[in-house]
Order: sequence, then structure tokens, then C-alpha cells
Amino acid sequence: MATLADRDTRSDPLDAFRQEARDWIAANFPPALKGVDNTMSAVEGPSDPSPDEEAWRKAMGDKGWGVPTWPKQYGGGGLSRAEARVLGEELARAGATNPIGGMGVMMFGPTMLEYGTEEQKLEHIPPIARGEIRWCQGYSEPGAGSDLASLQTFAEDKGDHYLVNGQKTWTSGGQWADKCFAIVRTDKTKKHEGITFVLIDMKDPGVEVKPIRLISGQSPFCETFFTDVKVPKSDRVGAEGEGWTIGKRLLQHERSSLSGGGSASRLFGGVPLGKLAKEYRGEDAAGRVGDADLRMRIVRHEMDSRAFALTLRRAALEAKSNQGPSAATSIMKNVGARITQERAELTLEIRGMQGLGWEGEGFAEDEIAATRGWLFGKAVSIYGGSSEIQNNVIAKRILGMLDHQ
Amino acid sequence: MAVLTEEQTMLRDLAREWVDNEAPVTAWRKTRNAGVPAGYDAEVWKTQAEMGWAGVLIPEEHGGVGMGYLSLGLVLEQMGRNLVASPLAATAAATSAILLGGSDAQKAEWLPRIASGEVVATVAFDEGPNFAPGRVATSVTDGKLTGTKAFVAEGDSAQLFIVSATDGVYLVSGDTGVTRSTRAMADARSHAAITFAAAPADKLAGDPDLATKVADRAAVATAAEMLGLAEAAFAITNDYLKTRVQFGQLLSSFQALQHRMAKMFTELELMRSAVEGALEAIDSGRSDVDQAASLAKAIAGDVAKLVSREMVQLHGGIGMTDEHDAGLFLKRSAMLETMWGNAAYHRERFARLNGY
Repeated sequence: MATLADRDTRSDPLDAFRQEARDWIAANFPPALKGVDNTMSAVEGPSDPSPDEEAWRKAMGDKGWGVPTWPKQYGGGGLSRAEARVLGEELARAGATNPIGGMGVMMFGPTMLEYGTEEQKLEHIPPIARGEIRWCQGYSEPGAGSDLASLQTFAEDKGDHYLVNGQKTWTSGGQWADKCFAIVRTDKTKKHEGITFVLIDMKDPGVEVKPIRLISGQSPFCETFFTDVKVPKSDRVGAEGEGWTIGKRLLQHERSSLSGGGSASRLFGGVPLGKLAKEYRGEDAAGRVGDADLRMRIVRHEMDSRAFALTLRRAALEAKSNQGPSAATSIMKNVGARITQERAELTLEIRGMQGLGWEGEGFAEDEIAATRGWLFGKAVSIYGGSSEIQNNVIAKRILGMLDHQ
Repeated sequence: MAVLTEEQTMLRDLAREWVDNEAPVTAWRKTRNAGVPAGYDAEVWKTQAEMGWAGVLIPEEHGGVGMGYLSLGLVLEQMGRNLVASPLAATAAATSAILLGGSDAQKAEWLPRIASGEVVATVAFDEGPNFAPGRVATSVTDGKLTGTKAFVAEGDSAQLFIVSATDGVYLVSGDTGVTRSTRAMADARSHAAITFAAAPADKLAGDPDLATKVADRAAVATAAEMLGLAEAAFAITNDYLKTRVQFGQLLSSFQALQHRMAKMFTELELMRSAVEGALEAIDSGRSDVDQAASLAKAIAGDVAKLVSREMVQLHGGIGMTDEHDAGLFLKRSAMLETMWGNAAYHRERFARLNGY
């Protein structure tokens, strides 16, 4: 007969960690936050956090579990991937959202860990890990969108610092950010090799931010102007002229966060469209969605969503089984964007006039949110590499198609 | 590619190697031009059976290798890549019926003979031009089955028919009371109308949904063959674009064509997920095999259609010639799209299953 101790030694080594995580969450997670989204990852402005949110963010930040796999010496959790997965499962089980997030976590931090000096890592990573700082991205310019390497913002060498002049655009959350990671030109005679990666303090003199009003009525993006902004050379990441390589690496982090499984629950959550359609459009004599054409388009969308969910699952399993990164990962952003936009369009169509409410009387909160979401969702196939750019990547990198001569 | 066991990886690699070396598209072209009545080369079928493919679903105690549907799918996918003519898909569908509804005696009688390749079997459900499992007039009186089944795949050579009747699913073997009328069709494979006139029939047990379950498995197997066909049609097209010069440029360098190819590549990845997902759903005994099957067959239908039509278009005039393979892919794809319910049928069914 096996004793209890025997069973313990044979149990999964992750069980102990799971118990630790569960206990810690039970002791630290304020139940009032159950199901509340992380305000740091929202594209809208930061709302004033409640005392509960502040406490939860501080607890997770002190523990390092907001960025569980980052090294401990920089304020991370120092967990293995497997442990981080368990932590994620336990957070989900408790209805808790990770209160640490944003571009610092998704994009800048991983890049910094790879390319930063020891001093830079010690200075910049712990505040991200504690959720104390917001970063924004200084990449796009009015004349450099998909053709990003055409950027013109210039950093003039002044010995111990650079003097930066130029304009960035589509700076997500620029009006709320403390710092900006930017790619700037240090050499006008070269294209890709003339680009350098620098860190700019948004409170510095010469930095001016103007929010851009979008078709959705929201202003999550800004124009950012730099006029004689002094950037100390200690805030340059990597060597001068190496910024394109570093900047591209960061974009890989961006794309994986935009297309990854993390958004799957949001994609597939909510009321099924068939049910919504019956509610708003009624049923035919056979108990089906009243409009046959709409019904079939809902089914096409539903099937597409399921095939996408199966693809996310397949890519994850393939990655885990050491078959190497799946070719399927290259399609994720475009398919994710298509499904997000189709769902919004169908929701709009199902609700008719009731789906076009802008504000105020006569509309439910979720109806107005859907209108705004439908409009904002048009950005999904544009930002982070437009669908056309993604198709170019697939054609050239995966299918081996050629450049035009 | 689904995560495979070592055994499955070996099966797939062997199938791929055999198909590429021994059964290129030119082999099918030769069989077609020779006008072989069975629609496939009997020697080649024998070889396939020797490799264990005919018994891939059949448990070891009945002479098979018992590897399941994902394994069957891997083999059919490879065959689809080169349009290999084989009664494997039809025989596997019939095997499913016996596995699901056969008595011990029926299994003992038929499964070893199927596994060895001695018996080619098929499923005869439809009585009209479209898949309509509910529309069955065939009936059985005193163990004698009477009715006409339309467009039965491998109907020219099958020795064992799985036949739907008003009160269940039956086994009909031998030629007593069986008349075969060949239907020469665009894909040049074997399809025949089969008339049963008081043919001796042996009932399969199983639940009232037996016919549905068999049809779902047949649809998923068909989708696996379509996956291979679509992947190959796509690869051939991609290669062609890299060699054909127009306006002083390789076609492969035109962005308009690159985006069409990227779109097809994207759809093919979704198709693979849906097909493999359905094969795995059957193997793991999930309760929503019906939904998974309709998802797989609908998406397979749309994507195979897209890729096979684009294959002809992107090849230009050469794609219109019989000499080129594009037409062979186009015709076979259209056949597979239609068999076991087209995309529209399966979308409608998916809607019903989901209460829309």
C-alpha cells in the first residue's frame, strides 16, 4: 500500500507550484476584481484605478508574476514556461486578470532583455515588471507606414547626446505614456543601416503630443512631435546604425502578441451570433434564423472561427512537440483580423439600426460598445503590419516568390 | 501537420515516398488512357493492401493494423497529392460501417478479407445526384433488398456494398440481383449506378444513426484526400509561377499574384486544421463528430474548389490542355467536392446542429 509520501514524490513536480500559486492568489487577489479587465492593456486612457486594483497590481509587481518568465534580478518572476502556464491557469481559475501589461511587457521588455546593456536592463525593466510605467512606440511617420525604413526623424550626434527632430504618428497611447522607444535616423546616406534605436522621455522639453480622433470617436493614437529633444547616448539601445535589426525584432514580439492565442478567448467569447440573430431578427417557421442569407453568412463565419481556433491549437501543439515553428503562425494575424472584423460586421447587420447607436438614449451599453468596436476594429488589418504586408511576407518568405525586378 | 506518433510518422513517410516514386500523376494518366474498367490498376491496389493500407482501420484481431482515422487520413492525403486511383477511400468507408454496426460474425467474415485487399467494398447510399441521406426508397423484404443507388464510387469493381434502406443499413455481397451500370464521368474514375433486385442482404445492427455516422466518416476521409489534392495543386501552381516569364518578369514577382497565392496558403492552413481536427475527433470518440465532419467537409470543399480553379487560371492556356495536369486536378476536385455533401450541404447541416 502506497503511503501519502509515496504519492507526493510521484506527483507532477508542477503540482507543488500549482498549490503555491493557488494559495498566493487566494491570499492576494481582491475578489471584487473578478472578471475585471486589465486597465493597462486597454487602448483607451487609463481610468483611475480602484484601491483594489492598486493593491493587486502592487502584489503581483512585488512578486514578479506580472512578467512571470522574466529574470528575477530585473523584477521578473524567474519562472519556467511550464510554471508560467500553470500560473496563467490558476489566475484564470480565480477569475483574475494579470494587472501588469501594455507595450512595455509585450514588446519593449523582451527586446530590452535581448539587446540592452546591464545598466539599461536594471534601469528600465523593473518599473515595467511592477506596472509603474507606460511605454509607447515611436515607429511610424507620416511618410513611413508600411515602408517603415523610409523614416526621416533625425538624431544629430552632439557628442554625449543626440538632438532629435521630426514627427512620429500612430503613437498608441502616446498621451498617457511616460517613455517612448523609437527608431530614428542617424545617417541620411543609408536606408536600413542608417537607423538607430533610442529611448525618449515623453516629459522632456521639445516633446509634443496631439491625439488623433478616429472614426470610432476614440483617440487612442497620437501624433508626436520632437523639436530639439536631447537624448543622452546612454539611452541608445545597441550600436548606432543597428536600430533596424532591433526594431524588427521588437515587431516580431508585437506580431506574436497581436496574433497569439491570448486573444482567442476574446475572439470566441460573447453571445453566439446565431442566438443574437434570432433575438434581433426573429425565427422562421422551422425555428431557424429568419434571414436565410444572413444565416449562412453567420455559419461561414462560425466555421472560419472554429478552423482558426483549431489552427491556434495545432500551432501550439506543433511548437511544443519540437517540430519547429509551424508555418501556420504566419497566417495568424490576417485570419485573426478577418474574423474580428467579420464578427463586428455581422453583429452590426444583425442589429440593424439598433446596431448603429453612437451614444445616449435608446441604446444599450453593449450596443454602443459594438458600434465603436466595429469602427475601431478596422485598424486591426492595418496596424502591426497591414494584411497586404503580411501577404507579402507569406509570399516571399514561405512560398519563395520573388521580388519585382 | 498534426502531432503524430512515431508509428504514424513512419506510415506517412512511407506513403509519401511510395506515392512519389511509384504512383506519380503520370501513372494515373496511363491508367485513364488505357480505359481500365475498374478505374484503378489492380496490381497497384494489391501493393497498397500489402503495405497495410486496406486494413488501417481494422483491428489486429481481424487482420488489420488498427491505427485509426488520423492514420487513414495521412495515407489518403498522400494519395490525393498525386491523384492516385485506388478504392481505398470507398473501402475504408464501408469498413467503418462494419466496425460500427457489424456483429462478431459479420466482422469475422468481412474484415480480414478487406484487410488483405481481397475484397473491395463501397458504400451505396444516394439515390439521386446529390447527397441526401434522408431520401431513401430502397427497401428490404424477407432479407431481399430492392432499389437503385446512383453514382456509387468503385461501383464497377466492388464485391461488397453497404446499402442504406428504409429500415437500416445492409450488407450486400456477390452479384445475385445486382446490376451495375457504369457512369463515365469527368474524373474518369469508377462510378456506377447499382440496381438491386431482390438481392440477398444482411442487416447491420448499430444505432439508428449508423448511416449518419458512416457518412460522416466517409466525408472526413474524402476531405483528407482533398487536402492532399489541394496542397499539390497549390505547390504545382507556385512552382509554375517561378518559371513562367511575361512582360520580361517571372510571374512569381507580381504582387497581384503573390497575394492570391498568400490567400490560398492561408486557406490551406485552415483546411488542414479542420480536416485533422475531424480525424482526431473520430479517433478520440468525441460526441461532436457530426459538427467536426461538417466543418471539415465544408471548408475542404471551399478551399479545394478555390485552389483547383486557380490552378487552371494561373497556368493560363497551358492549363486548359489535356496534356497538362491542371485539368486532372480540377476534375477530381469537383468530384470530391460533390461526394458526401458539398460545402453548401454541410454549412446547412452545421447551422442545424448549432440551432441556428
